[in-house]
Amino acid sequence: MVIPLRLKAENLSCERGGRLVFKDLSFDLVAGEFAELRGPNGVGKSSLLRLLAGLNTSSSGRLSLEGGAPDTNLAEQSHYIGHAEANKPALTVRENLVFWQKFLGGSENANSFSAFKLEALADDQVLLLSAGQKRRLALTRLVVAHRPLWLLDEPTVGLDTASLIILQNHIHDHLKNGGIVIAATHAELGVKSAINIQLGKAA
Amino acid sequence: MFQQALALTTRDVALARRQGGGLGAAFGFILSVMVLIPLAIGPDQILLSKLAPGLMWLALLLSVLLTADRMFQQDFEDGSLDVMAMAKLPLEIVTLAKVLAHWFTVSLPLAIITPPLGLLMSIDVGQLPILLVSMVIGSLALSLLAAVGGAVTAGLRRGGLLVSLLVLPLYIPVLIFGVAASSANLSPSSSTPALTVLCAITLMSLVISPWACAAALKAYLR
Repeated sequence: MVIPLRLKAENLSCERGGRLVFKDLSFDLVAGEFAELRGPNGVGKSSLLRLLAGLNTSSSGRLSLEGGAPDTNLAEQSHYIGHAEANKPALTVRENLVFWQKFLGGSENANSFSAFKLEALADDQVLLLSAGQKRRLALTRLVVAHRPLWLLDEPTVGLDTASLIILQNHIHDHLKNGGIVIAATHAELGVKSAINIQLGKAA
Repeated sequence: MFQQALALTTRDVALARRQGGGLGAAFGFILSVMVLIPLAIGPDQILLSKLAPGLMWLALLLSVLLTADRMFQQDFEDGSLDVMAMAKLPLEIVTLAKVLAHWFTVSLPLAIITPPLGLLMSIDVGQLPILLVSMVIGSLALSLLAAVGGAVTAGLRRGGLLVSLLVLPLYIPVLIFGVAASSANLSPSSSTPALTVLCAITLMSLVISPWACAAALKAYLR
């Protein structure tokens, strides 16, 4: 029997540069659920996503992911798309994607270019792309290799309306296939969220 | 795991080819040192050929050092390191893959180019093979040790000087035994002990450096 995915966080607290960013944060997400991370600037949205991605070591609390692939930790089962987009400007769109597909252990997949409509740009160097196109390239990483948990840090920045709809569709598909998505955002993503994680005091 | 590491090495080699910079600047450095030294020391050919192996090693070592601070900086700044740190591939293997790319694109070409340049210092042609062998072996250690400095300063804007201060002490054994191997007199057997120690240093760096780099890079992830 396949155990459905379940991400459980208990009493998370996060420290950055000796300052406590948030504490006693708990939430519980199951397969197919989308969580929206809200709060004013500097309240720890990115820090929480990095903590979930295993990129913040100075934190405490309990995090567990049930029902994923065996012998893999939370970070290995997550996609993290942050503000730094991990694109190499000197390489072409194709080279960037092929590298990440190999590195992340994705299957050879011809539609990865079409995921965010990058077919026409495949052989352009990334340094020639606009900010929105670079963001689409970074988001394409979501589909080049499968990861059950998506951690998105303001994924809509720089995206035009058409791309925003594509992103929504990808999130919907991922949720339908039993994935979990957590996104920090200020804009409306247009995806129905199971829970809202509100960080900090509403000013 | 091997495929992922290979993909990373291939990408870094492609990046180095596309961006240039590293090798070109380092080669320019070696070339100018080699051209200037005979002018500085004077036309005494015997003195020059005696000093040549040591000065050539010094030039190679410093030129590799010039490229050290860029080894992890870009990956750190553009977020690639975050994604790599999350992957199943251990960060030690990630650094090793990157060091190998650095060796292929910077240290190894320099180690091959440097011995012939020794002719500018009227070095004996018979000494070139042993110089080449010792430099090729030592260059891997140079890349590995430079990576430690590069990893420690990955998040610093102007880490160049700090890298030199950190890495130069680690380079001392490579320098001593590299020079000993290549300036031993012309019979091949006399350079064997120093060459063996040089191999040992390289192998030891191969074990310790990825681990040290990974530890340094992990400290930056927060």
